[in-house]
Amino acid sequence: MEKIYSRTKGLQAPFTGGFCPGCFHGVISKSVAEVLEEMDLLDRAVCVIGVGCCCICSRYFDFDKMNAPHGRAPAVATGLKHGAPKDTVVFTYQGDGDLASIGIAEIMYAANRGENITIVFVNNSTYGMTGGQMAPTTLIGQKATTSPYGRNVAEHGYPMHMCEVLNQLGAPVFIERVSCDSPAGVLKAKKALQKGFQNQLDGKGFSFIELMSSCPTNWGMTPLESVAFMREHTLKEFEVKNFRDR
Amino acid sequence: MPKVEINSVTCKACELCVSNCPKDVLALGSTSNPSGYHFAVVVNQDACIACKMCAVICPDGAIEIYK
Repeated sequence: MEKIYSRTKGLQAPFTGGFCPGCFHGVISKSVAEVLEEMDLLDRAVCVIGVGCCCICSRYFDFDKMNAPHGRAPAVATGLKHGAPKDTVVFTYQGDGDLASIGIAEIMYAANRGENITIVFVNNSTYGMTGGQMAPTTLIGQKATTSPYGRNVAEHGYPMHMCEVLNQLGAPVFIERVSCDSPAGVLKAKKALQKGFQNQLDGKGFSFIELMSSCPTNWGMTPLESVAFMREHTLKEFEVKNFRDR
Repeated sequence: MPKVEINSVTCKACELCVSNCPKDVLALGSTSNPSGYHFAVVVNQDACIACKMCAVICPDGAIEIYK
């Protein structure tokens, strides 16, 4: 009997992880580690981890990683990429509160400079770790602890679509939004991640992959309800598609 | 004959594997693991086709598949 699927070497040996049950951060971090293992990059990859739920990944990943100050992961990755040996693969792993709110300046300028790094952006429409506050990506009408009556356009503005925003810049070479709500979506996400890392190896430039996730705990739902909500509402607002592939 | 192995300690009973299994091989069990979750168990091993859907979606990497 042959083992056809085993836990990737990119994750540390099994232990009860820190993510809430049904959180897609677990799926995404596992996919990142699997892609790095498949591409044989575990020895020369460095992950710059943002602040938020993505910090929990620093317990999972079994390759080099460092934590950046809140929102500054693209800036740290830029310095790391320029200073490290040429064959080092540098990528950031950030959430939407980290990248789209506090770190908006860093991501815009790293993208505009066309830095040869890969950005893994996990969008769960809320600030997960701090207790479910409204994020820039929270949907219109979606309740959060700081918008108990739902997000209101007149007061809070519209959700921010980072792929579309970055698509206005000239330098990025690869921008794609994928969803992890089903096994098929996870496999597509892995392909996008692979493309992002390959672009970096080929020296092409800035790659940005947005992965849609849910947050069962802060949305106040069971994992299956949150997946249904995601398909019904989140994925309609944040359309899954490839924006750019040069 | 394919075989699904679930790590009962790291499973968090999120049910994503159960809902994504096309052959209804998995279900949530009735006993708790040390963290207090009613971890997923294999209830219909013979129906498994080793499609790996459960393993791909598992957020905790708790599932391993043999064929």
